[in-house]
Amino acid sequence: MTRRLVEGSEAIAEAMVAAGCRFFSGYPMTPFTEVLEHMARLLPDVGGVCMNAESELEAVGMAWGAASTGTRSATGSVGQGLSLMQESLSEICHARLPLVVLNMARGQGDYYQATRGGGHGDYRHIVLAPSDIPEAVRLAQLAFDLADRWRNPVMFLGDYYLAHVQEAVEISPLEFPPLPAKDWGLDGSSGGTGAARMISPIARNKRGDPEYIDHGAHLGLIADAVRAMAEGVEPLAEVIGADDAELIVVAYGTPGRYVRFVVEELRREGLPVGMVRPITLWPFPTELIESLATGDRAFAVYELNTGQMFDDVRLAVLGRCPVEFIGGMSFDQSGFGIAPDLGVEPLRDRIRGTLDNARKERV
Amino acid sequence: MTTEPVTLRERPSGRMVDDFKPSLMVAGQHGLCAGCGEPIALRSVVEIIEELALVTRSVAVFGIGCYTAFSGNFDVEALQALHGRAPSLATGVKRAKPETIVFTVQGDGDMVNEGLQEVIHAAARGERITCVLLNNGVFGETGGHMTATTVLGQRTKNTLDGRDKDLHGFPILISNLLAQLEGAVYVARGAVNSAGNVARTRRMLKRAFELQAAGAGFTFVEILTMCPTGWFIETGEAPDYLDEHLAAVHTIGVVKDTADPG
Repeated sequence: MTRRLVEGSEAIAEAMVAAGCRFFSGYPMTPFTEVLEHMARLLPDVGGVCMNAESELEAVGMAWGAASTGTRSATGSVGQGLSLMQESLSEICHARLPLVVLNMARGQGDYYQATRGGGHGDYRHIVLAPSDIPEAVRLAQLAFDLADRWRNPVMFLGDYYLAHVQEAVEISPLEFPPLPAKDWGLDGSSGGTGAARMISPIARNKRGDPEYIDHGAHLGLIADAVRAMAEGVEPLAEVIGADDAELIVVAYGTPGRYVRFVVEELRREGLPVGMVRPITLWPFPTELIESLATGDRAFAVYELNTGQMFDDVRLAVLGRCPVEFIGGMSFDQSGFGIAPDLGVEPLRDRIRGTLDNARKERV
Repeated sequence: MTTEPVTLRERPSGRMVDDFKPSLMVAGQHGLCAGCGEPIALRSVVEIIEELALVTRSVAVFGIGCYTAFSGNFDVEALQALHGRAPSLATGVKRAKPETIVFTVQGDGDMVNEGLQEVIHAAARGERITCVLLNNGVFGETGGHMTATTVLGQRTKNTLDGRDKDLHGFPILISNLLAQLEGAVYVARGAVNSAGNVARTRRMLKRAFELQAAGAGFTFVEILTMCPTGWFIETGEAPDYLDEHLAAVHTIGVVKDTADPG
């Protein structure tokens, strides 16, 4: 396969199909809509199914059902649509089902929704946040691998730019280590054996099972699995200037791409600035940031909201260094969360100003 | 159909459900109230599945209600849904594995209150699943509160003077509503308050599952069940109460059968 100029939405859809996704359900909402369009076109040709669900509630329910058969399945939406899906997402975590959930966000106001979840109960899911299309193609495939490996939903957090920008990219299936067999998948075949399979967020097996596990024990086992996942999933991040930066700017997604450009430009001009771009938002690269929080270093967080990832950075830094929020509400006339200050010049000014202030405060 | 031998003589307390346990029930005991109609309805479902030799193809999708506890009694594969969402999960299972026989088990609170759009959309799509509604006209699990199928005049914990059309509106006759949709090929309403009605309901279930196996379209069986606890009456009065109140409005019978019987 060769490199082609592809729009993000199409690249994400093709990468999901390359990863073996054979069931997709969705309800239109920009910028998720375009992925849905491509999945509706691509899946029938590979023997898959794309459902035009009548609501986000039904989209996530259909994907839940398909995932319970062991079929690689995905759904997704945008802010409000994902709010509707939260009840199901927490249940799917508790039912221990692999599912990929696209969050094609408008702006970055939904960081909490993505990383904390808005559903009930004690649950977590992995969150992957690419900043360009080649990375999105890799992470869309990694998402299915991680979902199957940990038997847990994985959220792919994109944004308006990622969906609509075109980049040259090669989309071919990636190799991953072998996965355990999905012997839990429903197909009816275990009926009548005395041990018919059951997939439930509130129970683990049937009452007649000699190894019956009650609800409390089930929740305890989920807590163990979440702990193992938090420790077992490798946190991913891109780092610039770990050795010499006096100011490290933390940003993710498309804004991370802008920050990378500005930080590299300022470094060429001799300014000691650096960057951490978290790629896994859960688990968050806490230990990495903690290891960088030394000496006279200062941190700045740039995100298109009023300060959400800011909290995770502060938790990682734990008071060892100053952390300043330099982002802002992602509101503009387009309605797609492209912040007015998401540009090279405003970012240059803000990062330089933050560095100056940090130096002044040290004196 | 296999039944285990009656062991009346060994059970001084009398006949137990376990004595007649269908082979697809893995536990004879359940936690539902005395006089509840749901175990009879669910037993009928698994007996028909066995009779039609669909056991190793069937997946049951359970809603949330008293009957949820029964998912652990079935020796049929089960998927537990959220309150109201079973038809979408069933859709996902069926579309991903078209060779399966997929049915939902939902109550009136689950299906007609919380998840009304789910069942309507599944029916309109002609989804090749069977939705089984256990309709007792009351939220049994919460202790007897009004649902969307509660009939006018029925007393519940939040309609103490009876359901009043001016205050609470009218009941939804869900079978009649679904029958209007082209995707629904079979819609029937049975009951389990008498031996005759149980036999009739079993015929309805058999027809619905046969049509699903033939790939005909959306099939629906509503089963009126007794809930003496939620109706605040004596257990023995419940079968007659069902006839006089619930079935007087939600009329028993086949509402629609458009599929080719051949």
